[in-house]
Amino acid sequence: MKYVDEFRDPQLITRAAEEIKRLADPNKHYRLMEVCGGHTHAIYRFGLKDVLPPNIELIHGPGCPVCVLPMGRIDDALSIAADSDVIFAAFGDMMRVPGTNGSPLEHKARGMDVRIVYSPSDAIKLAKMNPQKHVLFFAIGFETTAPSTALTLLRAKSEGLHNFSVFCNHVTIIPAIRAILDSPDMRLDGFIGPGHVSTVIGCRPYEWIAKNERKPIVVCGFEPVDLLQSIVMLLTQLQKGEAKVENQYKRVVPWEGNRAALRAMAETFQLRPYFEWRGLGFISQSALRIRDEYCEWDSEQRFHIPGIRVTDPKAAQCGEVLKGVLKPAQCKLFARECTPENPVGALMVSSEGSCAAYYNYEHRKAALVTSIGSAA
Amino acid sequence: MSSGAKLGVAAPKIRFREPQIEMAHGAGGKASRRLVEGLFTPFFFGASTDPLGDAAHLSINGAQLAVTTDSFVVKPLVFPGGSIGELAVNGTMNDLSVSGARPEAIVVGLILEAGLRTDVLQAEIQTIANAAQKAGVRIAGGDTKVVEHGKADGMYISTTGLGTLLPGVEVNPQSVRPGDKIVLSGPIGDHGITILLARGELEMEGDLRSDTRSVFPLVEALVKAAGPGVRWMRDPTRGGAATSLNELARDCGLGIVLFEDTVPVHDAVRGACELLGLDPLHIANEGQFLAVVASEFAEAALKALQTTAGGEEARMIGEIREQPAGSVLVMTLYGGSRIVDMLVGDPLPRIC
Amino acid sequence: MSADNGIGYTPGGCHMCLAIPGKIIEIASDNPNSALVDVVGMRRKVDLGLLQDDMPVSGDWVLIHVGFAMSKISEVDAMDQMRTLEMLGECEAAVQEVRGYGLEDLEDKQAS
Repeated sequence: MKYVDEFRDPQLITRAAEEIKRLADPNKHYRLMEVCGGHTHAIYRFGLKDVLPPNIELIHGPGCPVCVLPMGRIDDALSIAADSDVIFAAFGDMMRVPGTNGSPLEHKARGMDVRIVYSPSDAIKLAKMNPQKHVLFFAIGFETTAPSTALTLLRAKSEGLHNFSVFCNHVTIIPAIRAILDSPDMRLDGFIGPGHVSTVIGCRPYEWIAKNERKPIVVCGFEPVDLLQSIVMLLTQLQKGEAKVENQYKRVVPWEGNRAALRAMAETFQLRPYFEWRGLGFISQSALRIRDEYCEWDSEQRFHIPGIRVTDPKAAQCGEVLKGVLKPAQCKLFARECTPENPVGALMVSSEGSCAAYYNYEHRKAALVTSIGSAA
Repeated sequence: MSSGAKLGVAAPKIRFREPQIEMAHGAGGKASRRLVEGLFTPFFFGASTDPLGDAAHLSINGAQLAVTTDSFVVKPLVFPGGSIGELAVNGTMNDLSVSGARPEAIVVGLILEAGLRTDVLQAEIQTIANAAQKAGVRIAGGDTKVVEHGKADGMYISTTGLGTLLPGVEVNPQSVRPGDKIVLSGPIGDHGITILLARGELEMEGDLRSDTRSVFPLVEALVKAAGPGVRWMRDPTRGGAATSLNELARDCGLGIVLFEDTVPVHDAVRGACELLGLDPLHIANEGQFLAVVASEFAEAALKALQTTAGGEEARMIGEIREQPAGSVLVMTLYGGSRIVDMLVGDPLPRIC
Repeated sequence: MSADNGIGYTPGGCHMCLAIPGKIIEIASDNPNSALVDVVGMRRKVDLGLLQDDMPVSGDWVLIHVGFAMSKISEVDAMDQMRTLEMLGECEAAVQEVRGYGLEDLEDKQAS
């Protein structure tokens, strides 16, 4: 696979890993945060922790949009979809996210019309194919996904589609990073910067991290070689006492971002004054709502929303794990009451959430007594 | 699942606590296992601790028989590479084959939806007859029921297969030892992805066909070359290779290590999995099987498969180790590793 | 028939960050915003609406996310990155080699 296999080349991975070992000062302990859930997932999927020296610690950040979605928002959307004339459409990741009375998939088993879509365009197609019903598209994601929703809203308006609306849960990444840096318990040396969000917002929005917080940040791709190269770049900066924004993912990320995408977003969205993030609390100017000019396609304007707020069980330590203060295995509920099959907290619900990723790919490795050795 | 054990006398202890059946219970992964072990086993197999295999080997008045049953719910009924009829015959034969038996006869139960077109039904009946004849297997009988329109997705097929035991081989997860090698008969993921694409819900197409076939000729070749060394076999259908191997790891209490670069996957399957965020190890197959073979027989086993028609892409993909006990670990060429669990949930409902 | 496709939990299946490179095979004749993209033999319909300012053509590679092309992939930058990666460790090796020569040989090296 082009643009994929080259970046999974075992020789290049080994070479990058050796460079990391060479650069890492054995007397230092490095704490690097990867913000994006996709990076968390890639780290586990490719077993990259096995090739890093023990004094480099990767802390998982809050960039998992499903993880930070408050349960009440699912309840709100499902309450609209309880009407038999409504079709609930969402990405696959949303299907097993539990609401107070069950996940969308469980609601489907009880008779709700729930459909999986792979693109917001599919949701529009559904609306056209089912003129007697209303399609509610549950939109979620950071700035990577928001432009696609934006274009879809523009299309819905230009085509005069009346049986379609978007329940918008898009959030923005910078306030999440700010929340991490504002957290008193957090000590970080640098950031592995979001890759796909940056194709939209570009690299400039991260400059304050380098200038004001004096932390290096490297915008990073998703293949193993990308992650390791970014760590090389971070260590090189740290060695030189530098703190700047670098773009490792140049082949895809333009420094200025994607203007057309940003325009579409500006046309259809505006910032909410505040929004609740599961595990992090209320953050101002951190989420998008649909503009009034598009209110006809805004589920929150078309329908009555109960505005349900659900608090997480106290025992679930999602907030601390989300901020990187605790490791997944350190939460009292991890692998006991809280598993991917029966998620209690937000981070176990999405496969990108640090608890789920750790559970699926890692935690039984900790039980290994002897070292595994390399492939035959 | 089948077991040759006798019924226990104690009142059955039900461990299945869920209030209703969900799609996940039929997916072949963790939920399925909970249902079978928690609700069926206590009633059917009593206190037996025999692991459940693909077919049961019964001794009845001195006659040694293998018996299995399987059901086929597929949507769409016809897809590139095959149809529900073919899955039914091949799937049943494969369950018998990997238990170490020669398929001899099947009986076919049909549940038909009112409104099903006769020409569609006829095509499947023809397919079943052809597949059975090709495999030298008798169709010994059947049953038919019709249900209301809206149930049965057109048709459901249930089969029971009978076979005779192959001499020189006895599969049992308890006989697996550290150092044993794992052999896979060919590329994984073709069937599940073909079905997914055939549904037409994705804006995606590819040149993929279901791999449905009888694996008996390959099993026979394997047993001939390595019979005394064959410890365990399974055909990884729902839940994929990862689920079958996790079940083995649990049943034998040992660890399984797979080498990622050796697992054969067709490019198109890889592309689809990357696009959809799926792991080929979790995707259903209908024409492949896994075997655990003692290391001294492993080369001969692999050679036997590779020189038999249809087995050219067979590979040795891993080995049994003490650790990680009860789990499956996938290793990369550069020393990275990840645990691969049994399937959770149902990524692709109604695929086989 | 209901469009039932209960994709449940798949370790590895999160669409939020999932983006994959694909090659544009064909732009739809009736819709310049729609293209057919190839990912190792899988062909997928992709929306080009976000690349309006610099529309890709047949043969270009793009990054696909939830059915939309997010960015063109720069072959030049990819190759540049490959070169950097291949040289990792070589710079250090070269430096060590030079140190090993000592100052007396520096003139020789400058001459070559």
